[in-house]
Amino acid sequence: MSNSIIETVQLCYEYTLGGEKTLRALDNVSLQITEGEYVCLIGPNGSGKSTLARHLNALLLPAAGDVYVDGLLTGEEKHRWEIRRRVGLVFQNPDNQIVATTVEEDVAFGLENMGIDPPVIRRRVKEALELVGMSTLAQHAPHLLSGGQKQRVAIAGIIAMRPRCLVLDEPTAMLDPRGRREVLATISMLNRQEKVTVVHITHFMEETLEADRIIVMDRGKIACSGTPAEIFSGELDLESLGMDMPAIPALARALREGGLPVPPNTLDVDQLVDYLC
Amino acid sequence: MSGMRSITLGHYLPGNSILHRLDPRAKLMGLLILIAALFLIKTFSGFFYFGLFFVLTFVSSRLPWRYFMRGLKPVLYIVFFTLILHFLFTKGGQVFWRFGPLTIEENGVFLGSFMTLRLILLVITTLLVTLTTSPIAFADGIEFLLRPLRVFRVPGHEIAMMMTIALRFIPTLMEESDKIRKAQMARGADFESGNIFRRARNLVPLLVPLFVSAFRRADDLAVAMESRCYRGGDNRTKMRQQQVTCLDYLGVFTTCGIAAAIVLTGV
Ligand SMILES: Nc1ncnc2c1ncn2[C@@H]1O[C@H](COP(=O)(O)OP(=O)(O)OP(=O)(O)O)[C@@H](O)[C@H]1O
Ligand SMILES: [Mg+2]
Repeated sequence: MSNSIIETVQLCYEYTLGGEKTLRALDNVSLQITEGEYVCLIGPNGSGKSTLARHLNALLLPAAGDVYVDGLLTGEEKHRWEIRRRVGLVFQNPDNQIVATTVEEDVAFGLENMGIDPPVIRRRVKEALELVGMSTLAQHAPHLLSGGQKQRVAIAGIIAMRPRCLVLDEPTAMLDPRGRREVLATISMLNRQEKVTVVHITHFMEETLEADRIIVMDRGKIACSGTPAEIFSGELDLESLGMDMPAIPALARALREGGLPVPPNTLDVDQLVDYLC
Repeated sequence: MSGMRSITLGHYLPGNSILHRLDPRAKLMGLLILIAALFLIKTFSGFFYFGLFFVLTFVSSRLPWRYFMRGLKPVLYIVFFTLILHFLFTKGGQVFWRFGPLTIEENGVFLGSFMTLRLILLVITTLLVTLTTSPIAFADGIEFLLRPLRVFRVPGHEIAMMMTIALRFIPTLMEESDKIRKAQMARGADFESGNIFRRARNLVPLLVPLFVSAFRRADDLAVAMESRCYRGGDNRTKMRQQQVTCLDYLGVFTTCGIAAAIVLTGV
């Protein structure tokens, strides 16, 4: 486990639904995420993806089992803040995670909480805004930004804290196609260029094709995991889990069923064109 | 409703005058000193000097006076009401005017005018400060000034944080209320006709969804803040460091001196 940045060991979690009733949201989830990896987490509504995400930076603590971040146990009080610095969470609604009244103030928020010296904060805020391409709007009021821009500000606020791992819980769900592209480009740049480990939760299958690994969740358990090529090869019955195949793998599978032996690892248009022509 | 969007807290008007450039902490301290002076002044001549000082500061701030008066309007009703109450119900001294059981007497006129002047000066001085200080700087200033009161468990940092979050979310919630209003109007809700009580009742379908959404936002925000290591004001730093300059010291000392002089002339 030397190079695994996040490890969960038989993680279970239950929500109390008032009175004696409980709901098991996570059921014996064991997974390891390697440093620098780009992992996509998919699964139907209520399968426990958000609950899992909140365990990764100690917002929720396991009912049973353990979660390790960089070797630190999330259950231990004294590690809590260090864990939250190392694993940053970006949420779905861009409006509800921006605290301050200007872009740069908001990016500084996490650093201010960590008690970092003001000149260092300034420098890091500037770097983070440059990284997500928002430097020109540093003085802007958040409510005047587009959804994609707000979400990039939220990402900058996390990146400024220099986390090892970025966990994004449906960051593109409320965005238009353009905003979605902006945010996706930012995430994959951070993974490739800055070597930040990424855990990306999404309902858009198209977004998962770039991942190193896809983890499919269902009813609080890991249903399966593998590379995009493995997951979308057509052998797995994603429809029964209530999920769609992305367009190209679906087409490839249809062609295969029609008798054309398209290789199962065909994920994008280029690969399909290469095969067909 | 379109006017609603234009409401900003305190109606801050950016500018570059000395008053604009002063540190918010210096301004708030100056304001406190002046308010204290207002309550110590016992004569009309004291108010006259105070007014003179106000006019000088106001002119130097280069605020447009029309804009200033507009900010004053809502308070004028209260001032007028105070005046009427004193005129009618404070008795004593010579009777100036009599109509059946109603009389206006010397003490009422005196005390009424005195209180009214004090109230007006209080309001315009405060307004002058709020109009020349950005709300965020204001929040910072309040946090600083409340710091000594922490021993009495006054949550200065929390108050400032609340102000910041309110400022951040007021435009968002206004946009949302606009959306809800349109959605309810499309369903046949009527916000424009009827008397005041009817209108107030008609606001319920607007306010209920707005509150529900505000609470959900608050919940989300709390989680997001916690996940960004927020744990209250202890050991927290601030990116925006305000530099206290000679101007700030000068401002506070001058205000102190002038306030003392005014109070002493009136004794
Ligand atoms: N605060 C809560 N209290 C009680 N039950 C909850 C709470 N949050 C989630 N649940 C339940 O836990 C289960 C897992 O929820 P979770 O939000 O983790 O799913 P998810 O995979 O993120 O779903 P979605 O795709 O809709 O975001 C669901 O059945 C949900 O109803
Ligand atoms: Mg979720």
